[in-house]
Amino acid sequence: MELTGAEIVIRCLQEEQVEHVFGYPGGAVLFIYDALFQQDKVKHILVRHEQAAVHAADGYARSSDKVGVALVTSGPGLTNAVTGIATAYMDSIPMVIISGQVPTYAIGEDAFQEVDAVGITRPCVKHNFLVKDVKDIAATIKKAFYLARSGRPGPVLVDIPKDVSNHKTRFEYPDSVNIRSYHPQGKGDSGQIRLAAQMLLEARRPMIYSGGGVVLSGASGQLIDLVRLLDFPCTNTLMGLGGFPASDKRFVGMLGMHGTYEANMAMQHCDVLLAVGARFDDRVIGNVEHFAEVPRKIIHIDIDPSSIAKRVKVDVPIVGELKLVLDELLSVLRSNKQAPNASDMAAWWKQVDEWRGIGGGMRYKNSSEIIKPQFVIEKLHEITGGDAFITSDVGQHQMWAAQYYKFEKPRRWINSGGLGTMGFGLPAAMGVQMVNPGAMVACVTGEGSIQMNIQELSTCKQFHLPIKIILLNNGYLGMVRQWQEFFHGNRYSETYLNALPDFVRLAEAYGHVGMRIEKPADVETALKEAFARKDDLVFLDFKTDPTENVFPMVPGGRGLSEIILAEEL
Amino acid sequence: MRHIISLLMENEAGALSRVAGLFSARGYNIESLIVAPTEDPTLSRMTIVTSGSDAVIEQINKQLNKLVDVAALIDLNDGEHLEREMMLVKVNTHSGNREELKRISDNFHGRVIDESKNTRTIELTDTCARLDSFLEAIGHDSILETVRTGASGIGRGERILKL
Repeated sequence: MELTGAEIVIRCLQEEQVEHVFGYPGGAVLFIYDALFQQDKVKHILVRHEQAAVHAADGYARSSDKVGVALVTSGPGLTNAVTGIATAYMDSIPMVIISGQVPTYAIGEDAFQEVDAVGITRPCVKHNFLVKDVKDIAATIKKAFYLARSGRPGPVLVDIPKDVSNHKTRFEYPDSVNIRSYHPQGKGDSGQIRLAAQMLLEARRPMIYSGGGVVLSGASGQLIDLVRLLDFPCTNTLMGLGGFPASDKRFVGMLGMHGTYEANMAMQHCDVLLAVGARFDDRVIGNVEHFAEVPRKIIHIDIDPSSIAKRVKVDVPIVGELKLVLDELLSVLRSNKQAPNASDMAAWWKQVDEWRGIGGGMRYKNSSEIIKPQFVIEKLHEITGGDAFITSDVGQHQMWAAQYYKFEKPRRWINSGGLGTMGFGLPAAMGVQMVNPGAMVACVTGEGSIQMNIQELSTCKQFHLPIKIILLNNGYLGMVRQWQEFFHGNRYSETYLNALPDFVRLAEAYGHVGMRIEKPADVETALKEAFARKDDLVFLDFKTDPTENVFPMVPGGRGLSEIILAEEL
Repeated sequence: MRHIISLLMENEAGALSRVAGLFSARGYNIESLIVAPTEDPTLSRMTIVTSGSDAVIEQINKQLNKLVDVAALIDLNDGEHLEREMMLVKVNTHSGNREELKRISDNFHGRVIDESKNTRTIELTDTCARLDSFLEAIGHDSILETVRTGASGIGRGERILKL
């Protein structure tokens, strides 16, 4: 029997076990939506803006081990999706985006809602395809899913012209994929792994630094075993939080621009550094020259060779699947009779603990008069038992959530780390809630960010998503204001949002529960009530201290040891 | 340092823009870039001449390899190789320089492929540096037009780039 291209698209999604697709209909995808309507295996979540569809698919993928799927129409549907695609690309999130295109005969004629989708997305996808023949749809979608989830994951776009989605052919879904020009590495080089093991055992001031790669590749168990076996200090990047449990005494906290004093100092002064699924980016090691001033040996494990030796020189590069490489490294270490030198390790831990004493992990001055944003996050952690999925937007609230919600498990912390996309949090939370029904999902946000995708409150109503929105409302674009305070002479250029809506009434207008909390004493009760309402979306508008800043801070372009602590200002 | 990178890629629409886009997006230099199908019509061979520090060249190689359409790649400068570029030069011949031009052209193994009352077009194939020397030798004043293909290259002896 012959099927239309549109029917084939849906059959492919079924074959890939896709349960949810986030999307928005339009002219070029009418046939696909028609095919979607005539089946009930693949459920469609109708968002209110295409950017949100992609962020939702992204949150879906980050909080599960599935590939997120979004469906958008041509032209503006696709351009709206680009921010979401770029967000996923920067954080290596496996996703397939299907976009409609004008009919093949109209391509290049500036047709209505025509845009060069493949051209526009080329720099922000792992790969993309324009399908010009209905016979190619099935094989292309198979390839798209394979590319999205294998190797270093990433978003893949499949652009399908309207006429192609209406042409007919026999449907056959390929069993396997073979792309002759694409062979992601599996195991790491055994010689290099043995070299790395030796270097780790001979280290006097070792440090383990892990990133988003550990979370994405499901190598958290291996990382935990490794850190505990060696008894080395371990830090996580913003993307890597949850990869190693925050409650373990070997955890020195997040590192980087707003990382702990102890993590940054240990990173700067270690003599052997093991980097796992992390990429030494500018927000992590600050100034490269400053970082290089202290000589250290670097072992770098990553699935993507281009992440290795990009910003810093690496002594032992190991390319491969983190899980497989760490398994092999663990077995080499376990079969080795040598152990790290005990007195060296004792001295190093003494030093690290001294730094801990100075920095004290994370510290802020609480108040009984005004709500401190950090206090809200601490209470959120307490009331959810540290077991919620936390999404965030971008800014001060994001850093406070990262610092004060002590993540114990991978895939619980969902944020736009690479691109830094405001408007990510709420739609991402929708995806998280869809794939984790019944789980506690909170979106920590600011009054700037939440307004960048506020329309999704409507989607949440339609699909009964009981997300808790934790708005840390300080009336400012806080992170920009902080930089203006520190580096631009207190000139708060365009960072004061003096025409904010009444968020409680706004939430109510969308059919949700809204609460305004103005006193520190009411924070706990409000959070408890919100989480007790298991079936409701509750929008909590916390009026927080507008002058609060994020500390510690390594100013942009400076070195890790030039870190500023709260009490120094 | 100047490097010649040779690669085999899927002969598909958009493959060239993936490479060109990569260079502009990451701020890498392109001195020249040429591409044409190979004996296997599903594969194109591309030769890119670029320059940069060792670290930049390493990144260029890795980033190119990362493109899904790139099937195989070598940096010709990592070993013995041959380099050739073709050039067409149209020179003006009215100032009585015909003899001198012929002498220089013969020295460089040039071939006259067109001639008119006041012009002569010479075809030359050699290394990029030799082509530069030729242009210098005949002098910029007599050059009316130059067209260069950009370098292509191949490994010496057993050094082969093939799938």
